Amino acid sequence: MTAVADPILRVEDLSVHFAAQDRHGGTIKAVDGVTFEVPRGTTLGIVGESGCGKSTLGFTVLMLQKPTGGRVLLDGKDVGAMSAGAMRKLRRRMQIVFQDSMASLNPRMPIGDLIGEALDIHGLYRGAERPARIRQLLDQVGLASTFAQRFPHELSGGQAQRVAICRALAVGPELIVCDEPVSALDVSIQAQIVNLLRELQREIGLTYIFISHDLSIVRHISDRVAVMYLGKIVEHAPKEELYANPTHPYTKALLSAVPVPDPKIERERNRIILKGDLPNPAEPPSGCVFRTRCPIAIDDCARLPPPAKTVGPDHSAACIRV
Amino acid sequence: MNLLRVRNLRTEFNTDQGRLKAVQGISFDLAEGEVLGVVGESGSGKSVAAASIMRMVPQPPGRVTADELLFDKTPLLDISEAEARDIRGSKIAMVFQDPMRSLNPVLTIGHQLIEVLRRHQNMTKQAARRRSIELLEMVGIPLAERRMAAYPHQLSGGMRQRVMMAIAVSCHPRLLIADEATTALDVTIQAQIIELVKKLQHDLGTAVIWISHDLGVVAGMCDRVNVMYAGRIVETGKVDDVFDQPSHGYTLGLMSSTPRVDGTSADRLTPIEGMPPSLAEEIRLCPFLPRCRVAVPACSDVPPPTREIGSPDHRSACHADLRSHWRVPA
Repeated sequence: MTAVADPILRVEDLSVHFAAQDRHGGTIKAVDGVTFEVPRGTTLGIVGESGCGKSTLGFTVLMLQKPTGGRVLLDGKDVGAMSAGAMRKLRRRMQIVFQDSMASLNPRMPIGDLIGEALDIHGLYRGAERPARIRQLLDQVGLASTFAQRFPHELSGGQAQRVAICRALAVGPELIVCDEPVSALDVSIQAQIVNLLRELQREIGLTYIFISHDLSIVRHISDRVAVMYLGKIVEHAPKEELYANPTHPYTKALLSAVPVPDPKIERERNRIILKGDLPNPAEPPSGCVFRTRCPIAIDDCARLPPPAKTVGPDHSAACIRV
Repeated sequence: MNLLRVRNLRTEFNTDQGRLKAVQGISFDLAEGEVLGVVGESGSGKSVAAASIMRMVPQPPGRVTADELLFDKTPLLDISEAEARDIRGSKIAMVFQDPMRSLNPVLTIGHQLIEVLRRHQNMTKQAARRRSIELLEMVGIPLAERRMAAYPHQLSGGMRQRVMMAIAVSCHPRLLIADEATTALDVTIQAQIIELVKKLQHDLGTAVIWISHDLGVVAGMCDRVNVMYAGRIVETGKVDDVFDQPSHGYTLGLMSSTPRVDGTSADRLTPIEGMPPSLAEEIRLCPFLPRCRVAVPACSDVPPPTREIGSPDHRSACHADLRSHWRVPA
């Protein structure tokens, strides 16, 4: 992959391996040798199906999960090698927003205090500045200042997600990992949140890692997209390139499986139906991990893990058949 | 002859917050072998309407009324609970979003299939077992005979949903109601389940009511679609007509807020601002008016009449003329 200008984040050969907890033992390679860079002020979309390791990858970038191999560099500094104190300071710069925000809001605290708590932890905006800052933050995410007095149960799903984004913004981050932030919302509300995230990015130059199983939504928010399967990035390209020229057979199947809201197009589409389910991650197939479901696999695919190959401008795919 | 005839179906619930009107007088027909999509956001009444038809709304606190609710000449609201139970599972089957909630976690897959066949088809144990294995094979479960001994937790989400499909079609139902049946599944698995339902519908001639918030899935598998908002059907028609010539402010809003995986990437998402109304409110005018981008002065004066758009099949309850937004001109 070509080096990008001014990457805020660089992930090098990152791996997270767990010992499998069942009687067969073995190792689950949740993330396995992942490398990418994210230019400042842009959005990297990470797509893949349940169990592909996309959430573990997001957690590990923030060091909420310790990697078993590789490095995470924020502005060139190795995040994993930092002292606890330095790490604490760094948390201000990297935040996360989850799918089920309601679950991360203490039901007994009013919204104003929930946002204020984030400020307190980092010793920001003390005293008289505090209420003004909370009002400003609420305004930034499109909530009236009266929301400061409300409690989480009074919020709709979309409003809870705005509060979660508000809490992440409170400490002035540069990078936000968004883990399925709109997946639980109705489409009309999804669009509100996606547009909010894009506006915030334009205004304050935020960088996002946007993790989702939904290829349509990822297409709307990302600048670059990485496709994951069983712990590995199988294809990585600028958004337009990936959606116009998908190369890896998994990306092709994934894109062809996404329904399009147009009956005529749907009738004429040639859908690639993959066989079976994801293999047991404790016993991944040898060679290419996708080969057991791949429509174009050959004997050679079982021999070695395929290296990432350059298949177009700034576009790589890990497949020996391309 | 219609398989299902629904006229002025209303479902209300008595709650602490007053009387919630979940379904506010919906009417539609479903022909034999037809696939009807029902779209709308959370709280639009799409699931409650289906549960009402299935006689699965507990009364009280619920109250279900209709001028007519006929399934294959049977007035569903007038029959006894025992008769309703006979129809459910044999003539009408239902598949939900979360198969874990419908499958018994302490019984094997085989046990649960055999039970249904013996209850509704009076089969012997051996015959029911043979048929169960056939059904599991038909829905594409590998090693079906071995899977008969598996418990639900030993199967993946997609496999569990296939088991639900096998149970649902085991008695050759005339109507299959699928409520967000693929929402929790990954897209590649969703594609497998949709292929399966299309095949079953084609081979067995089962009519399907497919409830989903996903416009893409509905576009791909349904003949007709009902768009629901605040307990009402606001637009109905053949999928081609509704998707090409959306004629209700809400349908248009839904389409412009739906991201697409194809087309040019320049298209910006236009969200529907605000939130749906409370179901406890008495709404005289169009329920979508406070969020509508295409409202006209008449919307604030009189409730929208239901009018035909082009063909008698395509009807919408909206004052606005949306022809300039159509992707296929009239």
